Amino acid sequence: MRHLLSAEDLSYDEAILVLDTAKELAQLSGRSVKKFPTLRGRTVVNLFYEDSTRTRTSFELAAKRLSADVINFSAKGSSVTKGEGLKDSALTLQAMGADGVVIRHSASGAAHRLANWVDGAVVNAGDGTHEHPTQALLDAFTMRERMGDLAGLRVTIVGDVLHSRVARSNVVLLHTLGAEVTLVAPPTLVPVSVHTWPCAVSYRLDDVLPKTDVVMMLRVQAERMKDAFFPTAREYSRRYGLDRERFAKLPSDAIVMHPGPMIRGMEISAEVADSPRSTITEQVTNGLSVRMAVLYLLLGGSESALRNQEAQG
Amino acid sequence: MTQTSTTASTPVRVIRGARVAGGGPDPTDILIRDGAIAAMGGDASPGADSEAVEVIDATGLIALPGLVDLHTHLREPGREDAETVATGARAAAMGGYSSVHAMANTDPVADSAGVVEQVWRLGRDAGYCDVQPVGAVTRGLEGQQLAELGAMADSVAEVRVFSDDGVCVSDALLMRRALEYVKAFGGVIAQHAQEPRLTEGAQMNEGVVSDRLGLGGWPAVAEEAIIARDCLLAEHVGSRLHICHVSTSGSVQIIRWAKSRGCDVTAEVAPHHLLLTDDLAASYDPVFKVNPPLRTAEDVSALREGLADGTIDCVATDHAPHPIEAKETEWSNAAMGMVGLESALSVVQHTMVDTGLLDWAGVADRMSFAPARIGRLSGHGRPIAPGEPANITLYDAGATREIDPAALVSKSGNTPYRGMRLPGSVAATLLRGTPTVLEGKVQ
Repeated sequence: MRHLLSAEDLSYDEAILVLDTAKELAQLSGRSVKKFPTLRGRTVVNLFYEDSTRTRTSFELAAKRLSADVINFSAKGSSVTKGEGLKDSALTLQAMGADGVVIRHSASGAAHRLANWVDGAVVNAGDGTHEHPTQALLDAFTMRERMGDLAGLRVTIVGDVLHSRVARSNVVLLHTLGAEVTLVAPPTLVPVSVHTWPCAVSYRLDDVLPKTDVVMMLRVQAERMKDAFFPTAREYSRRYGLDRERFAKLPSDAIVMHPGPMIRGMEISAEVADSPRSTITEQVTNGLSVRMAVLYLLLGGSESALRNQEAQG
Repeated sequence: MTQTSTTASTPVRVIRGARVAGGGPDPTDILIRDGAIAAMGGDASPGADSEAVEVIDATGLIALPGLVDLHTHLREPGREDAETVATGARAAAMGGYSSVHAMANTDPVADSAGVVEQVWRLGRDAGYCDVQPVGAVTRGLEGQQLAELGAMADSVAEVRVFSDDGVCVSDALLMRRALEYVKAFGGVIAQHAQEPRLTEGAQMNEGVVSDRLGLGGWPAVAEEAIIARDCLLAEHVGSRLHICHVSTSGSVQIIRWAKSRGCDVTAEVAPHHLLLTDDLAASYDPVFKVNPPLRTAEDVSALREGLADGTIDCVATDHAPHPIEAKETEWSNAAMGMVGLESALSVVQHTMVDTGLLDWAGVADRMSFAPARIGRLSGHGRPIAPGEPANITLYDAGATREIDPAALVSKSGNTPYRGMRLPGSVAATLLRGTPTVLEGKVQ
């Protein structure tokens, strides 16, 4: 694997390798010195055309923990605002000798385009409404930590599937890993060809919750509301929000996930979001390990990261 | 193909041994004098009184009536970095065209007699083919107020085709008025059928591929709903309606239904919609980004069938040149459109002739007679027969070529066929008896 552009790029074995590597790297975060030298001398560029402090920081810290040199290239205040196109930015990075480029962009397919123009590894950190593969990996990692093997796990993804790169990547990756995915959303927020996706679809959350091991709430993008995808925030919340009553319909060991940032009160009640069965903060922590694993595997090697680290002393 | 000549003062030309599309099985000679076909067959001897004779050896070539394109973007005025009237007309000649209709979405928009006359004169001065301007339906293509349709019709350009192509005339009342108004001078409204609200943010065909790629979907119904509405409007007011670049199976069905009701509707299909499908977008290469978008294999099949049975009247290129920087970018930022003048005949051969759906007489109809009839051109789309203007395309159907963007005559190289091997090659194009292309080269 040269790049990570899409969850579709990952075979079962490759996905498991990333998750196993992330598990090993997570153990290192408990040490007093959290940094190790695997990517020393390598340069990773965070090319962020869209604001995303959390994802950018996560990638930045992941690269720094692996001792890579990190350059943050944000569209704001850069040559991009002066009209420089993606290709020119790519050629600049190429000239600087970037070994890896982490790209976040509002255009679907931007990471694919970039991969045609640079020699280094490209990691898709979210492209338009297409994919966000490291988010799916960190979600899978979190489920694995809490629930064990993903084969046969019943995962319900709730909300604005249509515009969600997180949902898209999760459906693909979770299917690869053997989980059974059900999407729940109003019909206006489900893609027209969803019947061809490897998942089930329901419009009624209450019917699905009792048969759910993991419920993943999606962010409802406020700017979508004016487009008549649903009548009002109140009606959405009533039908698709996860409140205390709905939470009670879940099996007792089921967990609740959210990629954040969340709208408390509408998508999810505060009480559910803060419950011990919510993994929302764990997801952030796990994101670091997963991104370290991805950078390590793309830029460092295919051996076990920990063995590699230990061999280096 | 070779050309021999004697000392020329008033050249008389003889095309030797071409097989006329739709003519008899035997090759024939065609004598051209004063820009018209003077004689054919056994009568095609230049005679002893000829001052000069140029012979075009067309052994093995098919003679088609000079092709007519109802839908070309020449970009001038305003975007001369993408194409000019002269470079576009040269590309048209290379593709076998003797006449093209230049779309109105220039800058300034061709919505007045002044602009259409400018385009018409630029075409005449370039001399590669006749450039017939299309007039805008509404001022500035804004869909608010009718443009001065009558002034454009009465101008030296004699505009008969009106279109806001690029945007749809979505206001039903304005569309009705436009259809009614052009009846006064035999005009036709060529509609870009795209319901604007249903296609907000659209980037490609809505379906399995768009959902996978996370690109905004352009649903087929956005085209079909407008076509259905406009067919009913045209029928109601008794006007001529033309549908630009039909792209869906449902559209073909609606047009077939409208024609069966007696509605005076005609339609065109672009070559790329006869060959390419939306799965090509998976590369995220914007060379495949076009409006209307590439659709599914089922749509392609229905379009071929519709063109074969005459539901779709003609092939129109929708030649849409763009400079490199407009395409070498992210998909959603890239310009829509692809060049097509120089590959259209090859694509039609590949998709319609080599598949047995259309013979060469059918190609002559769909690429010359029908578009000329729809555009009300008098000097084009005429049969290859004595007394007719000598607008002739000589085509080598046995050749094959690999499409190389750098080798195109068009100023832009945004062809979706890059690296593809396609059949056929235009050997010569004659405009009123004068070669604009000879031995495959622009003259």
